[in-house]
Amino acid sequence: MQDFGEAFALAFGLVLSPTGDLAEIVGLSLRVSLTATVLACLLGLPLGALLATARFRGRGAVLVFVNALMGLPPVVVGLLVYLSLSRAGPLGFLGLLYTSTAMIVAQTVLITPIVAALSRQILEDLNDEYAEQFRALCLTRWQSVQALLWDGRYALLTVALAGFGRAVAEVGAVMIVGGNIDHLTRVMTTAIALETSKGELALALALGMILMAIALGVNALVQSLRLSAERQAAHA
Amino acid sequence: MKLGALTLALLTPFALHAQESIIVQSTTSTANSGLYDYLLPIFTEETGITVNVVAVGTGQAIKNAANCDGDVLLVHAKPAEEKFVAEGGGTMRTDLMYNDFVIVGPAGDPAGVGGMTDVEAALKTISESGAIFASRGDDSGTHKKEVALWNAAGVDPKAGSGEWYRETGSGMGATLNAGIGMGAYVMTDRATWINFGNKQDYTIAVQGDEDMFNQYGVIPVNPAKCPNVNVDAAQSFADWLISAEGQEAIAGYKVDGQQLFFPNAPK
Amino acid sequence: MRDLGYVETLEHAMLPLTVSGLRLSFGGKTVLDGLDLSLTATGVTVIMGPNGAGKSQFLKLLHGLIAPDAGQIDWNGTPATRATARQALVFQKPVLLRRSVAANLDFVLKARGKDRSRRDALLDHVGLSDKARQPARRLSGGEAQRLALARALALDPEVLLLDEPTASLDPGSVLAIEAIIRDARTRGVKVILVTHDPGQARRLADEVVFLHRGRVAEHSSAETFFDRPRSTVARDFLDGRIVV
Repeated sequence: MQDFGEAFALAFGLVLSPTGDLAEIVGLSLRVSLTATVLACLLGLPLGALLATARFRGRGAVLVFVNALMGLPPVVVGLLVYLSLSRAGPLGFLGLLYTSTAMIVAQTVLITPIVAALSRQILEDLNDEYAEQFRALCLTRWQSVQALLWDGRYALLTVALAGFGRAVAEVGAVMIVGGNIDHLTRVMTTAIALETSKGELALALALGMILMAIALGVNALVQSLRLSAERQAAHA
Repeated sequence: MKLGALTLALLTPFALHAQESIIVQSTTSTANSGLYDYLLPIFTEETGITVNVVAVGTGQAIKNAANCDGDVLLVHAKPAEEKFVAEGGGTMRTDLMYNDFVIVGPAGDPAGVGGMTDVEAALKTISESGAIFASRGDDSGTHKKEVALWNAAGVDPKAGSGEWYRETGSGMGATLNAGIGMGAYVMTDRATWINFGNKQDYTIAVQGDEDMFNQYGVIPVNPAKCPNVNVDAAQSFADWLISAEGQEAIAGYKVDGQQLFFPNAPK
Repeated sequence: MRDLGYVETLEHAMLPLTVSGLRLSFGGKTVLDGLDLSLTATGVTVIMGPNGAGKSQFLKLLHGLIAPDAGQIDWNGTPATRATARQALVFQKPVLLRRSVAANLDFVLKARGKDRSRRDALLDHVGLSDKARQPARRLSGGEAQRLALARALALDPEVLLLDEPTASLDPGSVLAIEAIIRDARTRGVKVILVTHDPGQARRLADEVVFLHRGRVAEHSSAETFFDRPRSTVARDFLDGRIVV
């Protein structure tokens, strides 16, 4: 296979002298997946905190359901969002299909269960430790949840990264609801799928390498932010 | 919440619609061949209308258009297209252009069909030789055409499904990748093949039969059924494609000196 | 934001405390078995008793954190479940938030609507001013317990419930914490202290409640308890003989 060597050369070439198209695709990938991650955290963290701290009938069933949703195939999410946003669907009047907003919606649906389920586990462990002390301090539920979210922030950051990783790597959902339209909804993964279908395997692999480098970069950035925050907390 | 404001700020620019634009639900072959990259800038420069192409299999493209998720349909499966218009999905179907299908195979030519021009005979030979044939198997325009040719050849390939007849259930490119990977014969449209980047030792084995012509049609989506359709822009795109100028542009698209599509809109 | 300023304007204090017929089972075992107790005195009440006598559970009941199987707790007309906000409980092992020492105090002051400018004075009071910016989780055992005490005092409690606050601490920390307790007592806070250490009880107690087998075996002034204990079990306990 000379494809690997060719792909490395192509990837380096693309990174060293990026074309406008590549920058556009990378930028859209990051915008869509980061926005979806932020939205998924806004929805998933409170849900995770609620499941971690509240005891109600049917909680066990809800936990099983949310955990199962983590395994939702992106294609299925894409189909559900497509059917909702299609002109023939209930939200068709919004005219959102084949826009980056639709892609954000699909990825948000895809990773919110991940954020909720993983944060629930982290917050529940923390809550086991804090709950009695919080009741002794007469805190309201909302105050307790805020404290749990803040004290679990570093572990929750990893949860957000897991969500981002899944969002930026999936192709099934954005392909269906975004349509892989050039200069409009083409992202890294749909571009890779397209190049593969055109038989341009080396180019597809090169794009894959760039995607990995981006994911690596985002993780490294978050990790270094976290470390410097911890250092500040320890020495300031 | 700061995060909420940030999210809104990120979302809003996407929710706004660009100037004048239409969505074309298209078959993959025209998109993968690079035809749109050549045609659309010419059209956009003349009219200021942006054309966004969603490239999927013909079956899915028709389904999406029936859901009103597009302004123009450009596919290659005449009976299905006529059914779509008859059901009120589109205003009118017009022949646009054709290209042809070819059967590609490995250099060794295990079935010995290289150079044949009678496609039915070639298919029969392949089925009897024990060589592998990879089919789209996805109800696309290409797949429908292939099934029709097997029927004409009097062979039921389904009997060998999973053995010598392998249905990939994927697009043209994916099927070519898979077929080449297992040394199978594959029927593909010529445009996709010429543009295909992963040919390895494959060459065209069978071509030139009139039965392998591949007719494309263009259909504006019916505004009576889909009020969201950008009627004027959709109509001007369809009109431009079948105009003398558009037809000339189609004929002018060449890869490696080969013309890929042959305009044949009614004058 | 909740305003707890009404505590100061309340007419009646939390004492007298009347506990009657208190029963509690825990892990299939009877911990409290019809406990009756009446506290009227201000100052420091020390609760002693052998392991498993239900002392810690009793404090949680008094604080309204858990409900008894039977019986009543009456803080001068207020049931325990509604008395929590007027008291503070310090656990044997302090649970501190994963943030700086100062932020631990900021958090409760803000959550309970207290004057946040008091933070530095509180830290100074427990001798932690120089550790204000350190992560609370990296304090030594004694420092952590002092921070827990500062957090309890930040709530302006009328009653301070302390569950073996100096267990397994070094002598220096023990003395520092006892000084803080003594100071709270001087300022009129009712202190209820569970301890295993007779020496500490002697140093701090105004009166002693001795629990045995889920009931009050003896309730006397400190002087009486240590010099002429009336119950055999208390005498055996003070003599170092194991009481089961």
